[in-house]
Amino acid sequence: MKIRHADRREQITLQMTPMIDIVFQLLIFFVFTFKIVLPEGDFNIRMPAASGESAEESETPVIRVRLRAGENRNLAAVELGDTPLTGDNPFGQLQARIRGMIDDSAGPGSSDQEVELDCDYDLRYRYVIQAITAITGYVDPTTNEQVKLIEKVRFAPTSQP
Amino acid sequence: MRLTKRHSGDIVEGDMTPMIDMAFQLIAFFMLVVNFSDAEQDQRIKLPASELANPPQAPYDEPLTIHLTERGEFIFSGNLLPSLEDLRAALLRETQIVSRHLDKKLGDVTVIIRADENARTGIVQEVISMCQELKFERFALRGKKAEAPTIRSP
Repeated sequence: MKIRHADRREQITLQMTPMIDIVFQLLIFFVFTFKIVLPEGDFNIRMPAASGESAEESETPVIRVRLRAGENRNLAAVELGDTPLTGDNPFGQLQARIRGMIDDSAGPGSSDQEVELDCDYDLRYRYVIQAITAITGYVDPTTNEQVKLIEKVRFAPTSQP
Repeated sequence: MRLTKRHSGDIVEGDMTPMIDMAFQLIAFFMLVVNFSDAEQDQRIKLPASELANPPQAPYDEPLTIHLTERGEFIFSGNLLPSLEDLRAALLRETQIVSRHLDKKLGDVTVIIRADENARTGIVQEVISMCQELKFERFALRGKKAEAPTIRSP
């Protein structure tokens, strides 16, 4: 029997162009849809039931921090208890006073002190986060580690404008 | 003068292999880093920055995210809700689902509040007190991580 040999001298060339087209289309899609997601973090607050009942009676009195809104809903005044914190850096002062007030001799964050935030209705929310930052801790500039101050933060009942 | 003709029968083809390798590697990279799981992120909200805003150590058991825009609108489960009453109705449905189908208490659910930095604080407080009425207990105020300290030393 005679076996026919196919002519093997012809080389089969693959058409690369459509594949490269698709590859580049995919690449462009992913490049354009790629967005850098900034890390997000939380301030955890535990506020069971209605705010009036939530205040567990503790030995230490609750520190009250008032944030007042002024023109264009910006921060007008910060008060710690009855003491107004003046100057252009009220949150820095607030943090310094909190650090002086709390007893964290058993280690950072060991204080069971509680802070109640009383904010004006119209105040921009970023000032509240700044106040919570000042109250809950700070970043040690030498070690670059976070030091906790007061972790129990709650809101005073809302007051409609 | 006699010109010598070069043999021009061969077709010169560039080697495509390294380029295709690189293109595939880039595609693989972008496919891996594309983040479809973070559906809770909403670009309409500009979060307030804080150096203490750390990503949670472990994922929440039962997270429930409420977005609050600068204009005072709410985004919950992908729906834009214009008023607090609409949000209450949506949350009420959610509480029924949690209590019926999941083996969880409402106190275990963490309500994540993603409020815009220019939103009214009073609305955030209204959301919290409304959630308290619905027996939610745990709240997380979300902020974006700031590299530089936002609080200056006095």
